[in-house]
Amino acid sequence: MDQAATEQDVLAAAERWRKEGRKVALATVVETWGSAPRPVGSHLVIDDKDNFLGSVSGGCVEGAVVAAAGEVIASGAPKMLEFGVADETAWKVGLSCGGNIRVYVEKVD
Amino acid sequence: MRLDLLAVLNAERAARRATIVVTEVATGAQRLVRPADAAKDPLRDVLAERFLSGKSGIAEVGGARYFLNVHLPPPRLVITGAVHISQALAPMARIAGYDVVIVDPRTAFASPERFPDVAVLAEWPDRALPKLSLDPATAFVALTHDPKIDEPALAAALAAGCFYIGALGSKKTHAKRLERLRARGVADAALARIHAPIGLAIGAASPPEIAVSILAEITLRLRRGPEARL
Repeated sequence: MDQAATEQDVLAAAERWRKEGRKVALATVVETWGSAPRPVGSHLVIDDKDNFLGSVSGGCVEGAVVAAAGEVIASGAPKMLEFGVADETAWKVGLSCGGNIRVYVEKVD
Repeated sequence: MRLDLLAVLNAERAARRATIVVTEVATGAQRLVRPADAAKDPLRDVLAERFLSGKSGIAEVGGARYFLNVHLPPPRLVITGAVHISQALAPMARIAGYDVVIVDPRTAFASPERFPDVAVLAEWPDRALPKLSLDPATAFVALTHDPKIDEPALAAALAAGCFYIGALGSKKTHAKRLERLRARGVADAALARIHAPIGLAIGAASPPEIAVSILAEITLRLRRGPEARL
């Protein structure tokens, strides 16, 4: 049966992946302003092969979070990421809904 | 996050116990707080408030910024009746984030083959429900059409203050059901809390469509409260 990507499953996957020996980072929405697609507390778990589960923005900025997770896994130091409104002309990653979010990315170890 | 802290967090969540993970933003220092430990914590006032509200977010205390991720138990859906509608409703509700339990003493219905990955108790409600300890974070749905199974469970769900209570059946069936529940001593104010006919009026015809209408009505009560109208 398909696993529904509830927060429960995301955190359970983070634990399971780490115990399997994979290198893992956990991203969490810690602040939102305006219209934000996922509420504060939402998680995305990422491994060092760029597999991920969950969501922090409904798909808008996951790519950038996965890239940052790679750096966090390599360095061990957490990062705070901030995303604002998408700027299509500048090809900047962002949120088309017009909100702002702050995402905390940390290594699981 | 340390793996040992993550493992404790997942164990607490699996046991339907509330926790808050506190992260000091500047340092990344983390701890897990249970309700019983909150009074001893330096952030006790804000922790107490967050356990009540369930809201995760940033808190500033003594010049430091903390992220509080509040993990309350997910809502639960208890269904009497391992019936066709339940076969659609149970997986839909799981996807929507509910812990799902089905109660049906009829073992031919309550088989694991019909309900893979769902907790099914093949017992009468008077035995099964005390074990489940129904609460205000629980939605209850009666789907058997059998008064002997549904009605004791409806009375228990009303007494426990379940946030949603629905019962399958026409207006006529429901009127007879209300008479019997009144005879059991259930008050009219409580009976008015039963959603029947069950589900939002979206013209649902097939069992999976009826499941959609029920899950939509449960969502309305969960997110908008007992009085909200569409």
